[in-house]
Amino acid sequence: MTALAVETIGLSRRYGRRWALSDVSFALPQGSIVMLAGRNGSGKSTLLRVLATALRPDYGSVRVAGHDARSERELVRQKTALLGHNSFHYEALSARENLAVAASFLGRPYDPSLLARVGLEARADDPVTSFSAGMRKRLALARVLLQDAAVVLLDEPYGELDPPGFALLDRVISELRSRARSVIMATHLVDRGRALCDRALLLEEGRLAWSGPAAQMPTEAPDGSAVA
Amino acid sequence: MNPFLAALRKDLLLQWRTRSQLVAVFVFGASALLLFSFAIGPNAAALRQFAGGFLWLALLLASTLALADSFESEMAQRALEGLLLLPADPRALYYGKAVANLLQLTLLGAGLVPVMVVLYDASTARLPGLLGIVVLGAAGLSAPGTLYAAMTAQVRARNTLLPLLLFPLVVPALLGAVKATSLLILGDPMGQLAAWTWLLVAFDVIYWSLCGLVFERVIED
Repeated sequence: MTALAVETIGLSRRYGRRWALSDVSFALPQGSIVMLAGRNGSGKSTLLRVLATALRPDYGSVRVAGHDARSERELVRQKTALLGHNSFHYEALSARENLAVAASFLGRPYDPSLLARVGLEARADDPVTSFSAGMRKRLALARVLLQDAAVVLLDEPYGELDPPGFALLDRVISELRSRARSVIMATHLVDRGRALCDRALLLEEGRLAWSGPAAQMPTEAPDGSAVA
Repeated sequence: MNPFLAALRKDLLLQWRTRSQLVAVFVFGASALLLFSFAIGPNAAALRQFAGGFLWLALLLASTLALADSFESEMAQRALEGLLLLPADPRALYYGKAVANLLQLTLLGAGLVPVMVVLYDASTARLPGLLGIVVLGAAGLSAPGTLYAAMTAQVRARNTLLPLLLFPLVVPALLGAVKATSLLILGDPMGQLAAWTWLLVAFDVIYWSLCGLVFERVIED
């Protein structure tokens, strides 16, 4: 039996009265590279945040890397890395210091080559407050690489990146694939996602509308509008 | 690295990078001491009598600014959430932040003592004892203050809410610190200093233990 990277059964999560996720069930084998598609507000970020244990589900079960996201939250956190809308950095610290802080909590030495990998070695000692949005995204990516997690959750990773940044991210995802890491990537760049990913999940208003091979994901709704 | 030391190192580094903020908080505290002295007028005996109380009021008011600031950088890019997801131990994060706040408030209190001495003619020969009370009083403010600053950090009205929550809670610590400081300045013929100091120590022990236990519940979803 193939080990699962992620398994959700009846996952539901609400903000106040509004259901952001409703009865979402799916299973992804380890090593999957998955595109999470859907329009704005369809629940993509909420799903990734629930998988990363940043949010608790209201109903349903969630298992990530074999651990229950409610009762084994710390174990799930050891196995996941989230690149979210916020960069998780301290603005007053430099790029190098931010990564060193994260490394000290992970109990591993800070690897200076990480900043070179994301193209920030020349700005390593500049405070993050002086960084552009794209540079912050690159630094967030360096932090994800530092975590070296089994399940990598990427929320709009191409947002704010320039074309070399796109190429960098494509390389990182390919590298993660070669190391049998699982990646779930929320994106509106459907063509890119179809080229990079094995599978796709399509969310509509918090419900799982479609799942299957990424190459076969529908790009248009029955009314002709784009699905993501 | 030990998670507590990692958290403390991170918070001290953040405080160093935003040290201009500490200068502003000190100027605020010194201004408060100056304004309080106007309320008494040119009565040297009365100024000396109330010096301890005004020192701690100034420190209390300034501490709310310092404590609120300590979570500003944690919330800007959800850095605190990022550390929790690494995962970092919430208790280590709390104690790292609380100890960093304690050091900052101790520095602030130690800086305000000479201002008090000059403005209120409140010199004392028992300076080490006074600094000891400053440390204990700052500990009494920083333990619950760090917890409440975390609790209010994501609320829009945090600048109002933090003092509203903190001030009633720290009344015993404030009372102990004011009484002990006054006894050190005015003399202690009845030998009451030890009792007020023990009250401060007991308050500190209770809140440093309790706040570390509940911090995780406060910051998690």
